[in-house]
Amino acid sequence: MRERVVLDVSKLPLHGMGIASPTWWGTCAFMLIEGTGFGLAIAVYLYLMSLAPHWPIDAPPPDLWAGTVLTALLLASVVPNILVSRWAKERNLKRVRLGLVIMSLCGIAPLVLRVFEFPALHVRWDDNAYGSITWILLGLHTTHIVTDLVDTLVLTCLMFSRHGDNTRRYGDVEDNALYWNFVVITWLPIYACLYWVPRL
Amino acid sequence: MKVVAVILSIILLLSGCSGVQSALDAQGHSAIVLRDLIILIIAACVAVWIAVMVVLAWSLLRRRDPEDGNVRRSERHMTIWVSGAVAATVLIISGLTIASFRTTHDLDGTGSPELTIRVRGQQWWWQFIYEDTDPARSFQTANELHIPVGKEIRVRLESVDVIHSFWVPSLAGKLDLIPGRENVLTFRAERPGVYRGQCAEFCGLQHSHMAFFVIAEDEDSYRQWAAAQQGNGLEPSEAEAGAGKAVFMAKQCAACHTIRGTAASGTTGPDLTHVGSRGTIAAGLLENTRGSIAAWIADPQTLKPGNNMPIVPLTADELRQLAAYMESLK
Amino acid sequence: MTVEQRSSAVMDFDLGDAERDRQLMQRWATRPGILGAIAAVDHKVIARRYIVTAFVFLALGGILALAMRIQLAQPEARFLDADRYNQIFTMHGSNMMFLFAVPVMEAMAVYLVPLMVGTRNIAFPRLNAFSYWIFLAGGLLLWISFALDTAPDVGWFAYVPLSGPEYGAGKRADLWAQMITFTELSALAIAVEIVVTVLKQRAPGMSLDRIPLLVWSMLVMAFLVIMAMPAIMVASSTLIMDRLVGTHFYNPAEGGDALLWQHLFWFFGHPEVYIIFLPAAGMVSTILPTFVQRPVFGYLALVMALIATGILAFGLWVHHMFVVGLPRLGESFFTASSMAIAIPAGIQIFCWLATLWAGRPVFKTPLLFVIGFIVTFVIGGLTGVMVASVPFDTQVHDTYFVVAHFHYVLIGGAVFPLIAAIYYWFPKMTGRMMSEKLGRWAFWLIFVGFHLTFFPMHILGLQGMPRRIYTYQPELPWAGLNLFVSLSSIILAAGFLVFFIDVIRSWSSGKPAGENPWNASTLEWATSSPPPPYNFRSIPVVDGRDPLWSKTDELPVTSGLRTDRRELLITSVVEALPEARESSPQDSIWPFWAAIATSIMLIWSIFSPWAVVWGSIPMAVALIGWFWPKGEAEDES
Repeated sequence: MRERVVLDVSKLPLHGMGIASPTWWGTCAFMLIEGTGFGLAIAVYLYLMSLAPHWPIDAPPPDLWAGTVLTALLLASVVPNILVSRWAKERNLKRVRLGLVIMSLCGIAPLVLRVFEFPALHVRWDDNAYGSITWILLGLHTTHIVTDLVDTLVLTCLMFSRHGDNTRRYGDVEDNALYWNFVVITWLPIYACLYWVPRL
Repeated sequence: MKVVAVILSIILLLSGCSGVQSALDAQGHSAIVLRDLIILIIAACVAVWIAVMVVLAWSLLRRRDPEDGNVRRSERHMTIWVSGAVAATVLIISGLTIASFRTTHDLDGTGSPELTIRVRGQQWWWQFIYEDTDPARSFQTANELHIPVGKEIRVRLESVDVIHSFWVPSLAGKLDLIPGRENVLTFRAERPGVYRGQCAEFCGLQHSHMAFFVIAEDEDSYRQWAAAQQGNGLEPSEAEAGAGKAVFMAKQCAACHTIRGTAASGTTGPDLTHVGSRGTIAAGLLENTRGSIAAWIADPQTLKPGNNMPIVPLTADELRQLAAYMESLK
Repeated sequence: MTVEQRSSAVMDFDLGDAERDRQLMQRWATRPGILGAIAAVDHKVIARRYIVTAFVFLALGGILALAMRIQLAQPEARFLDADRYNQIFTMHGSNMMFLFAVPVMEAMAVYLVPLMVGTRNIAFPRLNAFSYWIFLAGGLLLWISFALDTAPDVGWFAYVPLSGPEYGAGKRADLWAQMITFTELSALAIAVEIVVTVLKQRAPGMSLDRIPLLVWSMLVMAFLVIMAMPAIMVASSTLIMDRLVGTHFYNPAEGGDALLWQHLFWFFGHPEVYIIFLPAAGMVSTILPTFVQRPVFGYLALVMALIATGILAFGLWVHHMFVVGLPRLGESFFTASSMAIAIPAGIQIFCWLATLWAGRPVFKTPLLFVIGFIVTFVIGGLTGVMVASVPFDTQVHDTYFVVAHFHYVLIGGAVFPLIAAIYYWFPKMTGRMMSEKLGRWAFWLIFVGFHLTFFPMHILGLQGMPRRIYTYQPELPWAGLNLFVSLSSIILAAGFLVFFIDVIRSWSSGKPAGENPWNASTLEWATSSPPPPYNFRSIPVVDGRDPLWSKTDELPVTSGLRTDRRELLITSVVEALPEARESSPQDSIWPFWAAIATSIMLIWSIFSPWAVVWGSIPMAVALIGWFWPKGEAEDES
């Protein structure tokens, strides 16, 4: 077919940010997938609870301290996270580098606390169905922290490399920050489920 | 609509819907109610399909003007027709849904069954326990359920291992046996007869060979049967059967099977106290004759590969005697 | 863009047509040879690979079906023993659902969606490549296990406790569960690509109400995949855990529940069938107008019907559990919702009929299969209404009636449109027409063979024949019909054979097709057959639903993209206004390495839980290699 030019797009930026970025949308889709997975895991917890004559099964409710401190830590980490995102939008390389180092530490700290959360459940995954679902909920969220941490570490290295000062990278930093917010937000209903539902 | 239903029933009848295990040959209260619903819904759906096919054929084959005129008018016409079809669909669907709900309601039992039987499904046979408040009158049997005609029967369904499903289509719809739960099914046979059932949930290697029979009889015949079942295993009167009993007790048989009134009290396999009185053996696999009993005992793994009965090495004489003993346990 | 970059960048408006084609070809073409093929990221290359592989799985699954029919042709036959039969029916179902039906629909999306929305490549092309290798690995895992006589034997739905640690011996059920992980991973990857491509890479002017219906159906399908697949991921993972590390999700003795499995499986399993059907409906909505030479009637109603079906699909799953003993009120709700989904299905049928009525039918092979679809799918949908009723279902659940129902909706409702789609788009994909004569033979053999094979199964079910039995006794009245069904299946198989022969012959010696042999209206027909690697010399601009049926014979296009790097256009979600130029990744071998690492981790974890820890290290390495920037022009911004 013959072509007739009706639109000139040469003035557009070479890479979009935010909702003009395909990876932003990809991150959102991934959050939808993982969020559905978390939702289902919580549904399994509630379902098994509805069947059990006593809940928790042969165990006390989990000790509160490790999980609660971790929750506070995660919530606090949202502040530097949002700042990093803002600095990335401003394309401030120095601050982004600093922010990413801080976020790497913010990713390691909860893992340390997580080590104490598993024994605080006072039940093993192979003791009974309550043990199984609580370990899975905790384990699923831990996997997300770990993968986001690795992501953040790689991104930190990247921002210190020669490829760092690039709109595309700043977009990656924003997407990574978005995902960390997701990791924090998804923890809240899981925390409520694991620590407070047995105490109702 | 009635005409279509009648025509359909005739077609279904002609296609051989009579059968010992057929939802269309309904002989129980539930099955009859269900069959009527099935015929109604099928009739409605056939009518809908025919209507759609007529429209399809007409759309494809109708004569078209070489210059088709008013596009806007035909768009409006089509919108009206399509909207009408959608409205009709909503009405039909609603009607069928209501019919379905009403049938569920009609299936309700009276709430006070005459007889309660515990059913324990296992790979790959059916254990039926007739419990009585007086333990001396309780008894167990396997793969063959006798019930009085015209009375409401309740079966309490449990599974010993994996999920099975209790299904006697001529009498009622099916209900699963789920490990960890008890399900309750009530049904009522309207006519005396022998009704075949089969496990209807895939349960492993020999799911295909997990049938059972429900025998509905008049009140007197049922009482006679129950009384006989309550008694202990008949002592063998002939020499051959007597020798068979000795073989039974000497070999591993008693480890799995019970014969009330003897030392044999194993519970892994079917209760054999009155095995001779049953119509089939091995969960409907074979007719109950001395020959088939012998064949079964000699090599259960060839007849029903993977089932839980091991091969017990026996001499030809021992086999003959055992079969005679089994046959004598009426 | 900096001044230096602008002065060195090569813009398409600075070049003549021929030179522009040459430069685009140089930048976008997949490199030749094996390494080039492994590193390919062109959506068309990957999609063709996917489609061919899926059809190979279809053929293999069909052979399994023929084996089952030979065994069931006579009572107490000894062609297959119980164990082998149970492996075969499990393989047949699992293969058809996970290795053929969903992948082939997604693969058609991967090929067609970027072309139909007017972009140069699918979003996340390297993820697309990764998805194919993972799919292939999952398929090989399953079929190699079958070749080694250790295939799963618990049904495609693997109910516990039969598939659990106590009754599921060996690794068979674990192989099944991990095959699920492979195929779900590949399906989710493509779903994400489809969503982003459809929402952000459409041609300028292609607002939401101008998207082709096939693209709409693929978008809804992608959302279904995203929201339904996690359920079976949770199910299969917890099953492996029960079997491998002693968890008790499905053990009633320790607080678990056998029905939990069914809820999780069917929460996925019901949307799964709409994942398969909706693309087929989209295909019909796109093919039908071409063969009556008028736009489809009721575009808005059809879009609403697709979306309504997708949403409703999540509210039906309990109808697979009508005989497990659930509370009556719950069951009744699911009867109502299962019946209700007939309404959007009906809307689509009526719109298609109206389109046929208002147009002038051209009876080519694609239209024949569409007509076959309407005849067959309506029957399947109606038997669906039947089994939606709880009482009706208590007599037909787990019988051959249901086997008939789902083959009617899956073969009638999905495979017929798929074959129509192959006949329709084969010219675009290969540049050659398929044979009308062989097409007619294939159609009639398949249509007649299908009905003769599957219609009697309705009767068998009502006559009491349960599913998943490897044999039946002679005293039951099923032998005659079973023999009839088995003989009829030969006709059906012959039809598929003719179809495959037609595909193979036409590939090398079919009549050359032009750009638009069917005079169709959607954008993929505005470029050559097959399209160049970069799809369009210039990104089209769209001002209606049927761009190629607009009054002029000129295609409005954009200009202003570079030819010295892979570039495409990002547009806004609703109005498709241009927002940014975006680079599209170069060919890369990293997705292949990542797939190898992932496969090793997943297969190893069937045997040891530590695989998840140690196996993730090579995966991390591969992913870092994948994403680390290579300093190419595509990285500029």
